[in-house]
Amino acid sequence: MAGADAFDEIRGKPGDPVGRPEFAQLLDWMETTPPAELDRRQKAAEAAFRQLGITFAVYGEEESAERIIPFDIVPRIFTAREWASLSEGLVQRVEAINAFLADIYGPRRILADGVLPEELVLANPQFRPVLAGAKPPHGVFAHICGIDLVRTGPDEFWVLEDNARTPSGVSYMLENREAMLRLCPELFEQFDVAPIDSYPDALLETLQSVSPRGRGADATCVLLTPGHFNSAFYEHSFLADSMGIELVEAADLEVDDDKVWMRTIEGRVQVDVIYRRIDDDYLDPLVFRPDSLLGVPGIVAAYMAGNVALVNAPGTGIADDKAIYSYMPEIVKYYSGGDAKLPNVETYRCREPQALRYTLDNLDKLVVKLVDGSGGYGMLVGPTATRAQIEEFRAALIAEPHRYIAQPTLALSTVPTLTEKGIAPRHVDFRPFVLSGGKGVTITPGGLTRVALREGSLVVNSSQGGGTKDSLILTGQEERA
Amino acid sequence: MRLLIQHETEYHYTEPQARVVQLLRMTPSSHIGQNIVDWRIDVDCDARLKQSTDGFGNIVSMLYLAGPVERIGLRVTGEVLTEDRAGAVSGAIDPLPPAVYRRATELTGPCEALLDLLRDHEGAKGDALSRIHGLNSAVCRLFPCKEHRSTDVRSVGEVLEARSGCSMDMAHVLIAAARADGFPARFVTGYIYREDPDCGHREAPHFWAEIDVPEYGWIGFDPANDMCPNDHYVRVAQGLDFRDAAPISGARVGGGHEVLAIGVDVSLSQEQYQA
Repeated sequence: MAGADAFDEIRGKPGDPVGRPEFAQLLDWMETTPPAELDRRQKAAEAAFRQLGITFAVYGEEESAERIIPFDIVPRIFTAREWASLSEGLVQRVEAINAFLADIYGPRRILADGVLPEELVLANPQFRPVLAGAKPPHGVFAHICGIDLVRTGPDEFWVLEDNARTPSGVSYMLENREAMLRLCPELFEQFDVAPIDSYPDALLETLQSVSPRGRGADATCVLLTPGHFNSAFYEHSFLADSMGIELVEAADLEVDDDKVWMRTIEGRVQVDVIYRRIDDDYLDPLVFRPDSLLGVPGIVAAYMAGNVALVNAPGTGIADDKAIYSYMPEIVKYYSGGDAKLPNVETYRCREPQALRYTLDNLDKLVVKLVDGSGGYGMLVGPTATRAQIEEFRAALIAEPHRYIAQPTLALSTVPTLTEKGIAPRHVDFRPFVLSGGKGVTITPGGLTRVALREGSLVVNSSQGGGTKDSLILTGQEERA
Repeated sequence: MRLLIQHETEYHYTEPQARVVQLLRMTPSSHIGQNIVDWRIDVDCDARLKQSTDGFGNIVSMLYLAGPVERIGLRVTGEVLTEDRAGAVSGAIDPLPPAVYRRATELTGPCEALLDLLRDHEGAKGDALSRIHGLNSAVCRLFPCKEHRSTDVRSVGEVLEARSGCSMDMAHVLIAAARADGFPARFVTGYIYREDPDCGHREAPHFWAEIDVPEYGWIGFDPANDMCPNDHYVRVAQGLDFRDAAPISGARVGGGHEVLAIGVDVSLSQEQYQA
């Protein structure tokens, strides 16, 4: 379903004789390394991942099978200039997300000013009224954001989704690089690639910076996991290990006197910061799901009392909700005072009559999504839909327009990828990880690139034939000859 | 009225517990028509109580107990001056706008039986207020209100299927119906005074609903008694449904099971008689 005219990030625009000269060395590398050798290296990387046990679903898909997500040996590259401009956009967006969260759990000025419909926020299940009035340290709610981006041209990046709950996948970013350094060291001699191995340090500094008691490097930080049955357990233990902090389960923690304590053999120790990889619903049975056995009773009271930082804070789901997404340009502008540097994918809110008319007139070209749908349910992909499907959606849209949004079908960029028939272009997306702490925003120069391994497919999800690649960010030093 | 309230809760554990943590929403606040003269919570064991206010505006107390815990006795005593305001609620601490109370929750989600109830009610004439009064009566007629609190917290669908329940269940049905009809509606926990001396002692607090009526604001509706709360009522906590406004939400670490005994007495203060 992809257009054959998609922008290729290494070869340039279709038919462009010049291509992208800054990446000529990578093209040389692809052409001079025998496919069998590339394949051998790729298999070696995958064998290592299997041994490590990196077998989890990246985007919360329920994948029961113990399988690794395929790894592609051909990396993706961003120039220093591209990265600098992306970073600016990411900082602006994540600062706006945090300002938005502090506002709606605080004075709700943006609603009073009518920037977005009050009900869209307040009646949204992702807005947690019991947490209204929360004041987390430094006003940071979303300490870790994974912003999903797609690209359609040399300078055309679009935000597809803001992940502000407990985004996962950063262990792929780190492990993919480890594998590439080991298996393709020559690439790192040819290109000045910004290192990403400082991510765990940056994450730890972010955690320490929001400790309510201060204490700097002495702050007690822990990573709270639902346990080893969780599909992302590898990432939990990997990150806790890399940061040198305790990996705990709910039973290791208790709340007393509105403070959180960790049980240790030397007695109990007060916990300052909890990097929690448990969803809001399961965090505290006293205020959220009463049947949760994964949570810590009283942890929300400790959070509301300001005695512990929860990373990310509970209730951040309202910032990455689909219904809110289409208002992100307005939200960014409201808090930053300027236009969003990273645009949203154009979104038609069918609740608005003009948008509805446009959508109904162009159903064969658009992707139509249910605002409260997920997992691809209630979705129409116009260009590939049958006549009957389109008519079915037309009726549904007319009946309940407020439940739908529509977006153009994007020609996602491609990156050369090793396939059974040699190297061929495949569509990709990108998830950089943005850290927000007491001292501002930090972005490790890298991210998770997902690639749709099936020819022509735009679906990068691992459950539907998606894989991952290393993402190289050049430092901007003079290219070596 | 000058009402005296005594609310005792006793937990017995069949095995000693290593830890107990409870969140109490048992402290009312003063507002127009309700003046808290005196209020206290006593715990009959060595415990720390930490008080704060939650996002709904409820005064909450956290109770942390280290084991071994075999029993806990909680006694709430208070004295409140009330006025009959025909259900109108004003000056109550609610930091949230009414729009918050438009959403359905797991307990108050719409279901077929609820839509049937609303459909039967469709012919009702008049303005929003008389419409809601009509809904309140319709819920009251569904089944007689049980004095005992239902053991399980049930969804509206389950309540309508069983056609029986307590004031909590009836409040949930009314809330779900009002929200489905387009009105913000919230759950309220509190106490009710009964003049009949045989009704003085009860085994549960009372639960009802408040609905945001255009041009009037928040008005209380008690579907268990088909009326709006008057000076016999004391409101304590509010939320989207029972889970947000339950007098006690608790968790324990330890085996066995718990046996719960609740006694609620609401009486007229002696000073009232002397006056």
